Amino acid sequence: MENIKRNHKLEKITDEIIGYLGILAKLELTKEEKKRARRDLEEMLFYVDKLNELDTSEIEPDYQMCPFSNVFREDIVENGDNSKAALLNAPEKKEGGFLVPKTIEGEDTR
Amino acid sequence: MSKQYETVIGLEVHVELSTKTKIFCGCSTAFGAKPNANTCPVCTGMPGALPVLNKKVVEYAVAVGLAADCEITRDIRFDRKNYFYPDNPQNYQISQLYFPVCRNGKIAIPTKDGGEKWIRIHEIHMEEDAGKLKHEEKENRSVIDFNRSGVPLIEIVSEPDLRSGEEAVEYLNKLRLMIQYLGVSDCKLQEGSMRADVNLSVREAGSVSYGVRTEMKNLNSMKAILRAVEHEKNRQIQLLAEGKNVIQETRRWDDGRGCSYPMRSKEDAKDYRYFPDPDLVSVHISEEWILEIKKRQPEFRSEKIKRYQTEFGLPRYDAEVLTGDKALADFFEKTVQLCSRPKKVSNWLMGETMRLLNEKAMEPNDIPFSPKHLAKLIELTESGAIGTTLAKEVFEVLFAQNIDPERYIEEQGLKTVEDTQELNHIIEQVVKKYPKSVEDYKNGRKKAIGFLIGQIMKATQGRANPTLAKEMLEKRFVQ
Amino acid sequence: MNLMKLSALELGKKIQSGEVSVMEAVCDAMEAINAKEEALHCFITVDEAYAKKRAEQVQNSIKNGELKSLLAGVPMAVKDNLCTKGMRTTCGSKMLEHFIPSYTAEAVQKLEQAGAVLLGKTNMDEFAMGSTSETSYFGGTKNPWNQNHVAGGSSGGSCAAVAANECCYALGSDTGGSIRLPGAFCGVTGIKPTYGTVSRYGLVAYASSMDQVGPVAKDVSDCAAVLEIISSFDKKDSTSIQRPALDFTSALIDNVEGMKIGIPISCFDSELDSEVHNAVLTAAERLKERGAIVREFDLGLMDYAVPAYYMIACAEAGSNLARFDGVKYGYRTEAYEGLHQMYKKSRSEGFGTEVKRRLLLGAFVLSEGYYEDYYLKALRTKACIQNEFKRVFSQFDVLLSPASFSVAPKADSSLDNPLKMYQSDQYTVSANLTGLPAMCLPAGTNQNGLPIGLQLIGNRFEEKKMIRTAYTLEQAMRRKGEKNHVKTV
Repeated sequence: MENIKRNHKLEKITDEIIGYLGILAKLELTKEEKKRARRDLEEMLFYVDKLNELDTSEIEPDYQMCPFSNVFREDIVENGDNSKAALLNAPEKKEGGFLVPKTIEGEDTR
Repeated sequence: MSKQYETVIGLEVHVELSTKTKIFCGCSTAFGAKPNANTCPVCTGMPGALPVLNKKVVEYAVAVGLAADCEITRDIRFDRKNYFYPDNPQNYQISQLYFPVCRNGKIAIPTKDGGEKWIRIHEIHMEEDAGKLKHEEKENRSVIDFNRSGVPLIEIVSEPDLRSGEEAVEYLNKLRLMIQYLGVSDCKLQEGSMRADVNLSVREAGSVSYGVRTEMKNLNSMKAILRAVEHEKNRQIQLLAEGKNVIQETRRWDDGRGCSYPMRSKEDAKDYRYFPDPDLVSVHISEEWILEIKKRQPEFRSEKIKRYQTEFGLPRYDAEVLTGDKALADFFEKTVQLCSRPKKVSNWLMGETMRLLNEKAMEPNDIPFSPKHLAKLIELTESGAIGTTLAKEVFEVLFAQNIDPERYIEEQGLKTVEDTQELNHIIEQVVKKYPKSVEDYKNGRKKAIGFLIGQIMKATQGRANPTLAKEMLEKRFVQ
Repeated sequence: MNLMKLSALELGKKIQSGEVSVMEAVCDAMEAINAKEEALHCFITVDEAYAKKRAEQVQNSIKNGELKSLLAGVPMAVKDNLCTKGMRTTCGSKMLEHFIPSYTAEAVQKLEQAGAVLLGKTNMDEFAMGSTSETSYFGGTKNPWNQNHVAGGSSGGSCAAVAANECCYALGSDTGGSIRLPGAFCGVTGIKPTYGTVSRYGLVAYASSMDQVGPVAKDVSDCAAVLEIISSFDKKDSTSIQRPALDFTSALIDNVEGMKIGIPISCFDSELDSEVHNAVLTAAERLKERGAIVREFDLGLMDYAVPAYYMIACAEAGSNLARFDGVKYGYRTEAYEGLHQMYKKSRSEGFGTEVKRRLLLGAFVLSEGYYEDYYLKALRTKACIQNEFKRVFSQFDVLLSPASFSVAPKADSSLDNPLKMYQSDQYTVSANLTGLPAMCLPAGTNQNGLPIGLQLIGNRFEEKKMIRTAYTLEQAMRRKGEKNHVKTV
């Protein structure tokens, strides 16, 4: 996948890229969907070309829509026993927890 | 001719902050609640839920940064780290990549030769913890509890300045003590409120470039860290010696088996697509706020060590041991306030208390009796109301049940026998029973009195005042 | 006459005076819904029992003098991406077909506190992604003016329900034009307020930096009244603004003396339908007659608005929709082996084509190696566009443009050409990129009887100037007898 990641001047969307994006977005695409996705992404590249017409080298990205900062809460407990509400829509549950297929032990990311 | 290799280690330490509520919602962080009770739409990733930042988390993070000599970033942001995993309710973690709260700090650790070495801190950032997964072997399923989801973490990333497992442990101990002293976390490796990942590479001694590094996870004790470092260092050296390459990967340490294995997942591209979280606004940390946080910082260990010597007249050794754990230092100070015999308090804490704590695998934070009761016991012992041997027995009960020593002694009738009439009576009995010892003593074997005193103590279940008994015996024999 | 033909304020007045009861209003609403739903499909969920229960509660409160709001007792509907406690909230998707929230969106809460009676949840493009309401898992919404045409999207259900007099007003959401476009197609009035004015808590997020909740109603007065109620500072939303002077109904002034109205020349491109073009020019005349200074001007950078919008929206959406994984709620696939397959199949089966397309685009734009050139480039472009609008609003009070380059397209004609569909948002996306308030206003119908919609854009926090302009225009058009809203449908 290394060649995908560093290619800035992308002109063609390959099947490999579609596959990679499917992994990132956790989507399984049919052959037809993959074909359409390639076409869509290639059209998206036109958008990128369009934006490149604009010289933004001196402009800072606009990260947030709000003209203010420092929005906080105080460290005060607000919850009661939320277990029932939390599990209300669970597809599968057991002993007060959400049930999923077994994860690989220790894939603890934090 | 084997090459000499140097081990290069960097540590990524996650610390759970002890705020009352989570980082982005008002759910309690208290331990022991029933599964999914301490949750809300925010920390369970419900549609339409929004995060709001807990101010205390920022303050705690800045406090740690200041203590670690870091530069505090004045305008910070939160970024989303996107990946799918069931303990991650939104399938993104709110963290900080581009503008972390602290950068470029350093911590000193003691070296083997008695000197000091600086370990540089690359950055410290805030992030949210994930939920807990419990594995159900039989059903091939996992159960998720989101009580821990959203608990605030800081991640402390060091530069690769460590050169051995021992140094890594020193660094962690230093970090732990510092954070405990700040009161922002109880930092327990075994309980998970402190987690360390080890990044390790090797290079030929004298080389300045870095080798390929691996990351190791699941290190749940200092011993495990030492073992893991040793094992990984050897594994990498072996690979290089065979002309092979070290693969950059994440490995999971299995302490039971004493080895690590790679955590490979084809399902994860490790492309986190970080971007600034649009649901949160930036935080400006002003000069005034930093000063305020600095002012609130408690006395550090080094200051306490000095003060215990000057104010309480303790030897340096005692000061170092007592301040080696903040809970212990706090307990010491509280007891001294009530008892004003600092050396005695120190002896009791360093001696009997630590002995019982270690026996029961407990920590100073878990001391099960009150400073008030310890202070009383010390007073009773010093005043002679109870003998030192008996005092140790009473202490065991104090430790087990936090009894009021004064009341206990009354109830159990353990008060030192100082009634000369009663003692006389016992002395008569003992002297009658052991005429040979009396004879020996009278014939110049002064040590025989020890045996007699022992018998008096036995007859009084240890309650006799041994000094008084000795005095009375001696007086009697003179006659 | 069915009470739903009245405007919300008219009905509210009759309820307060006791002339009609809340229950009568709700029954009339149900009658209208029952008569028209099969053909139009404005609603995903109608909860008659709940509405009637509320009717009793609200009537009692009004009787006790506890509820004096102008809109107390008025039946309304809410777009199905706003969470409603105990009532199914689907976002038009199979993914949430059975999802029942245990909390209510703040904007809806505010309305219910003022005595609103919720009839049900309206149809929408799936997860608000679309401009026609045809991407809904539950089928598209038809335009009440001509059922061969779409209602527009993504708030199609809300706009059509109001246009068809199934309810008196509704809530929609607008991220790239999702209130204004269907509002224009259906001949109703809709407002997207300044970003941060209405709380987003409980609004299922599409593009967090641009989503806003707003009113859809039969006229400007109703819109202003609803907006006044739903606007508030909410501490559960970090992007919520503390704003003074939220009394938008005080801006219902029939006068634009001295106001400077700008019309961007760029909007008159070759794509623009001539009748829509004329409607804009006519509106300009009306405003001049009422004392405004109207002039055309050059608004640069508009070619870049749609690309920048789509890159940012898709990136944020990709992340916002990651939570839909079949783990905690929502659709879970039936047959799977292992966790990652469960994720992939649940999401692939639970999401529709348009959503999947945008999720892939979003992943692409943020992926390693492209973040700088795509996402950050879009953010820089956004900054440029913001600067451009700052410059423009130093010269003008309000901008006037079409809401869309045409009237409502025919049903089933748009989905195969996504890029063309995206282009239809060209007039509306700038207001979302800049966070500025914008609204749509009906301006008659074309020769085929389909509504034409105008758009007004105000400066940040200046809804009142925009509302004043809209009100004046509306009154002027009424005086001229132009068919401009759906009292006639």
